[in-house]
Amino acid sequence: MSDRPHPILIGVAALVYLFLMLPLVIVVGAALSDTTYLTFPPQGLSLRWFENIFEISAFRRTIVTSLQIAFMGTLLALLIGIPAAYALNRFRVELPKWLGTLFVLPILVPEIVFGFALLKSLTVGTGVPIFAALLIGHTLLVLPYVVRVISASLASFDFSIEEAAISLGSAPIKTFFTIVLPNVRAGVIAAFILAFITSLNDVSVSLFLTGPGISTLPIQILAHVEQFFDPTVASVSVLLMFLTVAVMAVVERTLGLTFLAK
Amino acid sequence: MTSRRFWRRNGATGWALSAPATLAIIGFLLIPIGAVIAGTFMDPRGVFAPYISYFNSGFRTTVLFRTLQIAAITTIISLIFGFMTAYVVSRAPGKLKSLLIVAAVFPLLTGVVVRAFAWLIILGRNGILNQTLLGLGIVNEPLEMLYTQGAVIIGMVYLFVPLMVLSLVGVLENIPKDVLQASSSLGASPLATFWQVLLPLAVPGLIVGAVLVFTGSFTAYATPQLLGGERQTVLATLLHQRAMVSFDWVGASTIAAIMTVITITIVLAMSNIARRINPMAT
Repeated sequence: MSDRPHPILIGVAALVYLFLMLPLVIVVGAALSDTTYLTFPPQGLSLRWFENIFEISAFRRTIVTSLQIAFMGTLLALLIGIPAAYALNRFRVELPKWLGTLFVLPILVPEIVFGFALLKSLTVGTGVPIFAALLIGHTLLVLPYVVRVISASLASFDFSIEEAAISLGSAPIKTFFTIVLPNVRAGVIAAFILAFITSLNDVSVSLFLTGPGISTLPIQILAHVEQFFDPTVASVSVLLMFLTVAVMAVVERTLGLTFLAK
Repeated sequence: MTSRRFWRRNGATGWALSAPATLAIIGFLLIPIGAVIAGTFMDPRGVFAPYISYFNSGFRTTVLFRTLQIAAITTIISLIFGFMTAYVVSRAPGKLKSLLIVAAVFPLLTGVVVRAFAWLIILGRNGILNQTLLGLGIVNEPLEMLYTQGAVIIGMVYLFVPLMVLSLVGVLENIPKDVLQASSSLGASPLATFWQVLLPLAVPGLIVGAVLVFTGSFTAYATPQLLGGERQTVLATLLHQRAMVSFDWVGASTIAAIMTVITITIVLAMSNIARRINPMAT
């Protein structure tokens, strides 16, 4: 192994990974502690703080809202994002270049500015209900990811297959669902997962689009942390980590995890 | 036959299919943000009045420079450690490499609030670091680590190092191995190969990673809010506070406009530079 990195570099990389993992281990430990304050290593093992999550109605409510918004927002983004990604690839010559640029723009805009702008124009400006504004915000938040990931899949799709099906008499719409979509299945799954996780974890957009009775889980966590310093939030964090592990397992089984590194 | 020909040759189908997403972006993103920025120039006190009053406030200019400083330091630290780590990961044997990539993806998929909260437990007054230091007798009273610029930077580096590692692993793997072999077979030491061949080839990737980290930490909210509090107010927390606590819409819009302009300028300028100096460009 002539190209083995220098021992110092390996040492640095090991420390970086320790730095990445240790805080998460500490959160898990703190969540299992039997004490009323946050501590590590845990003193006495207990699951009482996990029960406590569901005893606090604000957590119960916001978990449901977050899942609803993430699920609906992702579906809406796929619904408008898949045709757009298809059009951008299939009609690359016919459509102007700026249209592709338009779909990159949302990534350039700071999320917190986007959240504030939606608050000003939707909730305050035109009286759109908070839940609807939140859903619109999350749909647009994840739309660029959806378009980008599915475009990447379509870029390696050979459109002459589609052309062949159409010239053999298959209707264009039927061809899309039976030929094109199955070929970019992996991209659609990846887009769904990325979008769902992004929406579920979002703070900056949701920050401005919450109101009486409607909030998302990350915003509720922020509010709770500022008032209480008990292990409840550590337990919620562990639940979210479990969800992440589950998602990664799904990705691993369908696409292979190196997919995420691209 | 006509419908088939229409499908194949006419861009109208393309327009129709992309219309819902295009209209959503224009209607719910461009127009609202454009309205926020345009609104700051319609102040009765004068066209640039909100900006003049922003930069006349010592507190608010301090916040702007603090935000830029935190983002710059975070970017530099993430670049240095991200690059070294990515280099080791890209040279690791197959199984270990996938494991290391998974270990970098995992924190990235864990939400920002959870990751900031972890550092709250560690750095707090009664946090783990203080308990340990007190227990070992290294300090006599708990250190004030939370609500300092250092705490915010640690939290930000924690947030962005995985992103840097993952984007640089891809870059380093795309550098053809024969280039490096050519360098060493022509007599360059491993160190010289690293500095004179590998690093210049990785510069475009480093710039892309730096832009991601800089804009991300420049606009982050949850981490400075939890670890910096009011003592380390940054643009994002100031924007939220102006809008939701003080109901100062003009002030909040001005901050939003400043953040947007700085972010877009940096992204465009840096991606221009990256394109121009790319030695692998054809």
